Parts: sequence; C-alpha cells; structure tokens
Amino acid sequence: MSSEKEAVPGKVPEKAKGATPPKVSRRSFLNWIAIGWGSLTAATLVGVAATLRFMFPNVLFEPPSSFKAGFPDEYAVGEVDERWKEKFGVWIVRTTEGFFALLAVCTHLGCPPNWLAAEAKYKCPCHGSGFYRTGINFEGPAPRPLERARIMLADDGQILVDKSRKFLWEKGEWEDPESFLKV
Amino acid sequence: MQFVKDLFNFLSSPAIFFTLVIVLFFVALRTRRLWTDRVGTVALVAVVVYFVVSFFDPNFKKVVTAPDNVPIVGMLFLIGFFAWFSLKQAYENDDRMARGEPPAEKLETDEKVWCWPDLVYTELIALLVASIVLLVWAILIEAPLEEPASITVAPNPSKAPWYFLGLQEMLVYFDPWLAGVVFPSLIILGLMALPYIDTNPKGNGYYTFRERAREIALFLFGFLVLWVFMIMTGTFLRGPNWNFFGPYEYWDPHKLVPLNNINFSEFIWVRWLGTGLPQQWLAREIFGILVVLAYFLALPPLLARRWLNDIHRKMGAARYAVGIVLILSMIALPIKMYLRWIFNLKYIIAIPEFFFNI
Repeated sequence: MSSEKEAVPGKVPEKAKGATPPKVSRRSFLNWIAIGWGSLTAATLVGVAATLRFMFPNVLFEPPSSFKAGFPDEYAVGEVDERWKEKFGVWIVRTTEGFFALLAVCTHLGCPPNWLAAEAKYKCPCHGSGFYRTGINFEGPAPRPLERARIMLADDGQILVDKSRKFLWEKGEWEDPESFLKV
Repeated sequence: MQFVKDLFNFLSSPAIFFTLVIVLFFVALRTRRLWTDRVGTVALVAVVVYFVVSFFDPNFKKVVTAPDNVPIVGMLFLIGFFAWFSLKQAYENDDRMARGEPPAEKLETDEKVWCWPDLVYTELIALLVASIVLLVWAILIEAPLEEPASITVAPNPSKAPWYFLGLQEMLVYFDPWLAGVVFPSLIILGLMALPYIDTNPKGNGYYTFRERAREIALFLFGFLVLWVFMIMTGTFLRGPNWNFFGPYEYWDPHKLVPLNNINFSEFIWVRWLGTGLPQQWLAREIFGILVVLAYFLALPPLLARRWLNDIHRKMGAARYAVGIVLILSMIALPIKMYLRWIFNLKYIIAIPEFFFNI
C-alpha cells in the first residue's frame, strides 16, 4: 500500500485505475430495487386498506337513531322537554298545537347547545349561538336554525322520534307533516 | 374598591377594550421613551402588583388560577418581556445609527459564532430549564381533567386549546369556511410569503425600528393584537354561553346579553329603503356583494394612488397586490368584530341558499 501513500495529487492511484468489477450486477441491483419498492407499495396498500376497514367497525356503541319517547300526555304544554337530551340529543317541544323534536346539534360547528329555560332560548357554549324555542337562530354565528327530527305516534300510542330523518327550515321542510305531531 | 372593579369590568367590554388596546399599541410603538430599562421594570412591577391585588377578588382568582389558564398568564409575561426587549434594542440601535455609530450587534462580534460550543451550550441550558419548569409544573398543578366526553353534553363554556382561542374568537364573527379554512390558510401562506413580499434588506442581523417602522407595526399588530390579545380575551373574558365577562365579574350562565343579529341586506332594504327583502338572492345581497368587491378590488388601487404611493412604486404591481390583499384580509377581522359589537351585524353577504356567508 505504500504506492497509495506516495500518490501525487491529481494522479489517479494505481489501484483505482484497474477498478475491481462491482460485485452487484446491474440486473440484480434492479431486481432488488423492484422487490424493495414492490414490498413497500404492497405494505402501504395493506395499511391503507386496514385504515379504511377501521372506518367501518363491526359494532357501534351508539344509541339507536329512533326511540320511543313516552305518551303524549306526559308532556306539559309550552315546555321544552329535556329528558331525552342527554341520551339521544333531542329536545321534545310541546306547543298548544302539538309536538316537534329538535336535534341538540348547533348548526354552526356541531356543539350541543343548552336549553336556558329562564331566557327561553337554546344557547351554544362554544361560540354563543342562540336559538328561539322553535329552533330559529337569532344570535351568534349559527347560519341556520336547528334541525327537526321526524316525530310520529307509534302503534302503542307512544311518541316515536326518528333522528335519521331530518327536516331543515331553510329548505321549507318544517311544513312537512312528519316534522310536527299534531294532537 | 368596588368602583374600581366596576370600572375595569366596564372597560373590558369588547368594543372599548379592543379600541383601548389598538390605540395603546400604536401610541406605545411610536413612543421612544417607553422602551427603556426603567419603564420596562415599572411596567413589570405594575402588572405583577395588579395580578397580586386582583387575586383578592374571588372571580378574578378563579379564572386566572384555573389550571387551563395558568400558561396564558405565563405567556402574558413572556410575550410582554420579549416585545419590550426587542423594541428596546431596536430603539437603542436607531439612536446609535442616528449618531452615526454602527448597530450594537456589530460591536458584539463582526464574525461568525461557532455552533459548538456557543449554540449547543445555549441549547443545553434551555433544554434543562424547560425540563425543570415542566416537571415542577406537572407536579404542582393538577391536570384539568373533566368528566367523560359525551356527544350530547358540552362544558359551558367550551373552549378550544389555548393556542386556538384566537381562531375560536374569529369563528364568532365569520362563517366556518372563512374563519376555519380561508383565514388560517391565509395566515400560514401569508407568513410564508413575507420574505418575497417584503424584500427590504434593512434590519438583517440587527434590531431596528425606524428603518422598517411600518412593517414592524403591521406584523406586531397582527401578532400581538389580533392573535395574542384574542387568546387572552378567549381565556379570561369569555365565560358561559360564550358571553363576554369582565375580569371581576361573576360567570353567570344566565347573564342576558341582547345580541339579535341583523344582516346587511336587512339594514339596507328594510331599515333604509323601507321596503321588504327581495326574494331573489342576487337582488337581496347585491349591496353586500358590492361592498365586499369594493373592499378587495377598488380599495387597493385607491390606496396605491393616494396613501401607499411610495410602497406601491417600490414593490411593483404584483407584490403590492398580494401584500395588500393579505393586509386587507387581516384588517377585515377587526372591522367585522366592530360591526358585530356595535351594530349586531351578522353577515355582509348572506346567501343561505348555498351556504355562502361573509
């Protein structure tokens, strides 16, 4: 190795000149690259598939979207009833004409508002949106009224609320007979 | 004592407090005498005394010592210190340069500083201090855990993490697509674009105020007033039902604040013209659309011709256009806040037909 030490700058050392042929051929290098990228792609695809599968769980621990809310005579006229709010997120409002079910989801960003009986309004704790007893928005940033759920009488005479069907005021759906239970 | 508390509560109603902060900010920024060691010390002592004295008030103490809010108090002091420190250095440099001397940084060293040991040692010390503070903090203050989450019950008030309180405040005045998507993106993109918009090389490597007063004022207005101050507002002044409360006011969940919102179209058609709202949305919202278009399309050329003539010439049309749109978007926030506080104005353009509200 003494020849390397004496190498003059600018002059290629003797050994490098007769460069030993690389142990990995071009073909096998490309094969390994293909295998490597192939496995990475496969693993990523499996990961994406597993993530997508995760979005559809086998069991959902959610309360059912429709529920029976007792008999009509259990509700006082003019009251906003809070008994189903904590479990189902629904207020049942009894007016002189009948019932409607309001979903306790703020139309601004989806926080659950509170019913303030003294002020006769629903008030959202997140950005201060306020709604009248009917669900119409009047203060704060909420852009539209609260949504109503389908409400009807079940065969056994109880009130049945179905949250899967929503009625939006701005689409004129509050005129729909299923959004309001007449008595 | 009660009178003083009432006065502070009154002054911290949003429109008054915000105006005070803006005026104080710009006056203080231009007052050379404030940025000295003596005034800084006096201000620090005054703020500490204010906090200590106010601790005797149960409502103040409850909000300020809530585990969630302790970091904001710390942030108040930290940001105050660094704002004061940098402006002090900037003004001292300005004085030096006015006398024909080089900036102080030039005297310190004209050469490069070594990564090792200068930087690494500083970082090591910072790391140790931060670890100790976090450990002591974690031991002394209990984690603010709440009841298990429920989709039908939210704490009242429901507050975002402290660093998002500025955004949450913004969401009160603008629709989610603006306050939650457009404005945050503009903030990030705008900050990224800053070095391309502001190509003034003055102030590279040394502090100065006079050489770039307008740029510094604009940036600090966005950062201190519109970001830090809004975090403070959200932390200390926003109470149950997202109402405003004074620092010594009891957080009454039944506080009644009349906030009936009115859209711009109703102001025009119903109040001024005395007719009803037109049915067709374009006819109904035409005035609001014109106002917004004028704000973003007519105002920049007007400013360029009248008040920002020199800036426009220096920057060129493209750079000026990007910069001025970013600035106008920033100013739109305080404008909308005042409109809401004073006129209860909800939307300038309100098209619920396809969820387009400004």
